[in-house]
Amino acid sequence: MSVAAAVETVDLAVTPLRELNQRLHDLASEPGPRHWRVVNPNGAHAIACGLDADVEVEIDGHAGYYCAGMNKRATVTVHGNVSTGVAENLMSGRVIVEGSASQSSGATGRGGLLVVHGDASARCGISMKGIDIVVRGNVGHLSAFMAQTGRLLVCGDAGEALGDSIYEARLYVAGIVNGLGADCVEKEVREEHLAEVRQLLAAAEITDVEPMSFRRYGSARRLYTFEIDNAGAY
Amino acid sequence: MATDAGWGLRESYLYDRRVIAEIQRAAREGIYDIRGFGAKRKVPHFDDLLFLGASVSRYPLEGYRERCATDVVLGTRFAKRPLELAIPVTIAGMSFGALSGPAKEALGRGASEVGTSTTTGDGGMTPEEREHSTLLVYQLLPSRYGMNPDDLRRADAIEVVVGQGAKPGGGGMLLGHKISDRVAAMRNLPKGIDQRSASRHPDWTGPDDLEIKLQELREITDWQKPVFVKIGASRTYYDTQLAVKAGADVIVLDGMQGGTAATQDVFIEHAGIPTLAAIPLAVEALQELGMHRQVQLVVSGGIRTGADVAKALALGADAVSIGVAALIAMGDNAPEHDEDYRALGSAAGFYDDWQAGRDPTGISTQDADLAARFDPELGGRRLANYLRVLTLEAQTLARACGKSHVHNLEPEDLVALTIEASLMARVPLAGMQQGLLDELADRVAVRLAEQTS
Repeated sequence: MSVAAAVETVDLAVTPLRELNQRLHDLASEPGPRHWRVVNPNGAHAIACGLDADVEVEIDGHAGYYCAGMNKRATVTVHGNVSTGVAENLMSGRVIVEGSASQSSGATGRGGLLVVHGDASARCGISMKGIDIVVRGNVGHLSAFMAQTGRLLVCGDAGEALGDSIYEARLYVAGIVNGLGADCVEKEVREEHLAEVRQLLAAAEITDVEPMSFRRYGSARRLYTFEIDNAGAY
Repeated sequence: MATDAGWGLRESYLYDRRVIAEIQRAAREGIYDIRGFGAKRKVPHFDDLLFLGASVSRYPLEGYRERCATDVVLGTRFAKRPLELAIPVTIAGMSFGALSGPAKEALGRGASEVGTSTTTGDGGMTPEEREHSTLLVYQLLPSRYGMNPDDLRRADAIEVVVGQGAKPGGGGMLLGHKISDRVAAMRNLPKGIDQRSASRHPDWTGPDDLEIKLQELREITDWQKPVFVKIGASRTYYDTQLAVKAGADVIVLDGMQGGTAATQDVFIEHAGIPTLAAIPLAVEALQELGMHRQVQLVVSGGIRTGADVAKALALGADAVSIGVAALIAMGDNAPEHDEDYRALGSAAGFYDDWQAGRDPTGISTQDADLAARFDPELGGRRLANYLRVLTLEAQTLARACGKSHVHNLEPEDLVALTIEASLMARVPLAGMQQGLLDELADRVAVRLAEQTS
């Protein structure tokens, strides 16, 4: 087996988180293992945050807050659940959660792809700025709040006030939407949108959801400039 | 008749001309008044305090011979690389977007010339301000406009903004006419629309989450950078204790007089507590935790003179920040622009429409022609001059109190001119001896006992 193919295993039961993250950060400027496996994460916070290297990190177990926060280039896979703020401010690369995610998944993300195979809780995609988010299950209330750009695709249902105060992000939901937020409206699904849905599903490697089942939501753009007659909508 | 003109007309105290004009404006426009600057109402402030200076029992330092140091180190608690400042005055966060590119450059030039730091704002870090600021503090705000890990690592310190003195509990606002192509690109927004920044952070709620958020920021930056937490002065005692518990290296406390680029007038004038009242609350919170001077306190909101600097330090701050005063030093509200100000319905000395983007000085605008009027080198030099004057004034007062470092100033050096200022700042009313205060307290106690019996 070549050195490049070797898997570097770090046991968080014995290695401090600081040491793990420092070694991963050093890969931005120094050569090192390309494939990492983190065992015994035990819900630790800030695992594999701030990476900037073409590496793969697999986390065997549940991760705490801000897992893979502000990631660039790396692929981080969690074989478990994650807590608040997974892939917050994601810049590029991929973050894949095999279980479910707590609040604010992919918050303010500016690029890259976040896939949650279970459910994501409230505020999924809040203030998103270019990230693509695919959720296999449901998302909670106030998801895509003030979403600026990027795409959120939900294969299940969406909670109350989806897309509240949304800007230009595009939202696709296959299941039931339990209410739209201020200035968020349903929009026509045209061929280019269907292509976008297919592309997102393919990127997330989800093959058992029918692309035609998605409805599209976005901004009515009524709140882009303040008008007193819209005051009740704020 | 000319002789009694004005005396026959009685202006209402309750409905003075300003109040009447505002009611008429509201009825006409149907939107609250949005403006820049800070609170214009009178509240107890540093002007209500005086230094005692030296006397028979205290002796001063020689003004021109004996050293009075002004250096400050911020972020000694956890950061591997604390921020080392030559003077105790820093530049507060002001965004590119609210301010023009040349104005941001001038802030960097001026601050760097005298060895202090500048701060980004709600809009991200521009290459120009990084280049011209030797020490740059990078703000993490609820909107996260322009936030990225490269700038986080490029910064010299990180400031997590929870609140702002002008609007504790309020989000940001940048009106459509200031959203130029560049501002729009930095904020991932369409050009020309009103930009509403959130008032709550998107990925944390409450002090326990904040602690984890600070840990993430430290991990991303390998525990190199000091992490500040900025709060608008309101529940200052509790906010300070919670921020310390969350792991802050530095508390930045912005009083209600703190400036803003665009906020509802009702918010600026009616929310938050005065800087004077807030400082002792923060100092008390730090002292109780044994963290005073371990976690540094930076105070802003109405710092205009070296006397204000010295008084804030005497009350227990480690440094102060300026925003409005820095812009004025750079040319804001200057008399040479009076004609332009009048064309906008204002006048030099009164201009506060920083939200409008039509600033004739080229400071609070994104209009390329207006911004080109502003000379960043001249602006930077004026700011450096002003910062030097603030420092010299603070040193003058400190020497007079016999202090070899401005940090040695203490509440004991101060007295208050008014009962309000005395109670807020927790220093005695000028001329009131402790014995007299004790006697008054005894009399009140007797009266209270009589009433309750």
